[in-house]
Amino acid sequence: MNGLVRGKMQLSGRGVACVRGGREVFSGLDFGAASGEAVAVVGRNGSGKTSLLRLIAGLLVPAGGTIALDGGDAELTLPEQCHYLGHRDALKPALSVAENLAFWADFLGGERREAAESLATVGLDHATHLPAGFLSAGQRRRLSLARLLTVRRPVWLLDEPTNALDVAGQDMFGGLMREHLARGGMIIAATHAPLGIESRELRIGGAA
Amino acid sequence: MTALSALIRRDIRIALRVGGGALIGVLFFLTVVVLMPFAVGPDLALLSRLGPAILWLGALLASLLTLDRLFMADHEDGSLDLITMSRTPLELACAAKALAHWLAAGLPLIVATPVLGLLLNLDMVATGAVALTLLAGTPALTFTGMIGAALAVTLHRGGLLMAVLVLPLSIPVLIFGVAASQAVIVGPMTFGAPFSILCALSLVSLVIGPFAAAASLKHGLD
Repeated sequence: MNGLVRGKMQLSGRGVACVRGGREVFSGLDFGAASGEAVAVVGRNGSGKTSLLRLIAGLLVPAGGTIALDGGDAELTLPEQCHYLGHRDALKPALSVAENLAFWADFLGGERREAAESLATVGLDHATHLPAGFLSAGQRRRLSLARLLTVRRPVWLLDEPTNALDVAGQDMFGGLMREHLARGGMIIAATHAPLGIESRELRIGGAA
Repeated sequence: MTALSALIRRDIRIALRVGGGALIGVLFFLTVVVLMPFAVGPDLALLSRLGPAILWLGALLASLLTLDRLFMADHEDGSLDLITMSRTPLELACAAKALAHWLAAGLPLIVATPVLGLLLNLDMVATGAVALTLLAGTPALTFTGMIGAALAVTLHRGGLLMAVLVLPLSIPVLIFGVAASQAVIVGPMTFGAPFSILCALSLVSLVIGPFAAAASLKHGLD
């Protein structure tokens, strides 16, 4: 075990509303997630799954309601305790696989584990010196996952995480998510495909 | 500090790699200055009178050329999201990015100045004066330009908008930079007064730039 678990954590949103471009995406949304729990956010296209993740990550400002994390590190804000894995991989094509990962590890700071170990876990240890520009979409996604493993954060916000991953990759990722939950982390994932782990469903924007 | 130095090292490394901005800026500077004698003609007295102005304009355009990508690249690949979320205050991250840009794209321009001074019939003292004013003034160009770069991300427009926004802000820097250089070459003004104002402009932009850029980025979150 590592120091990630700081007692029980509870993420809760009360009456959260989101307005994008003058249009109300959703309003009065209540949700919650506890340590060791995975929440799958489902809904049709445009129902606001990505917006919800970005609201939690502090990348959007809610039009109403509150989002709070109880029991986390009191000195850090909610976004500082989140990993956000969006559609875009936050990788620089000119830098090598190892350099990309080392940068995020140094920049994000905090508790971390060996980068080489994470790369081996996601199956990229043979390509550490390859510029990220030469990676395939699936390999880029694996490299982003290595960032989640290298820098420890209790809350994972995942937007369509299994996109571009092959079957073996999805299995590997399922294992990583289960490990994260077992350590007391929490996962909130927007997804169309089944997440591959036991999760609670949060449906937004009516029936799909 | 680790976070900021990591950001600076990453940006410099990207700028120096193939296809990065550093070399392109210097080549553009070189091209603009080399073209000038062809346009102005072989009048050596005229060239040395125009020299500082040409070098300053060249440096201004060259630093603008690569500046519009300062935040746009990070925005497009999602890095900006993670930088915004991180423990590092966005203002400091902006300052670190601007510093990295100046080190990778601004300093090479100053290093190239003595060579280009030869093409414009500037003597040693005059070239030294221009290089010194560029050293004092280009940080102001980078740090005010950063505000435009942040606005370009917020408004989802790059390139030209950036130039339209930033060029008016750089007029004072241009005036005092060229004035200080001219003071050395033709006089009768002293070098000290415009040079001090130039340094002051850089210091002011060093303080205001990161805050304005971070405010713009935060406001434009989406």
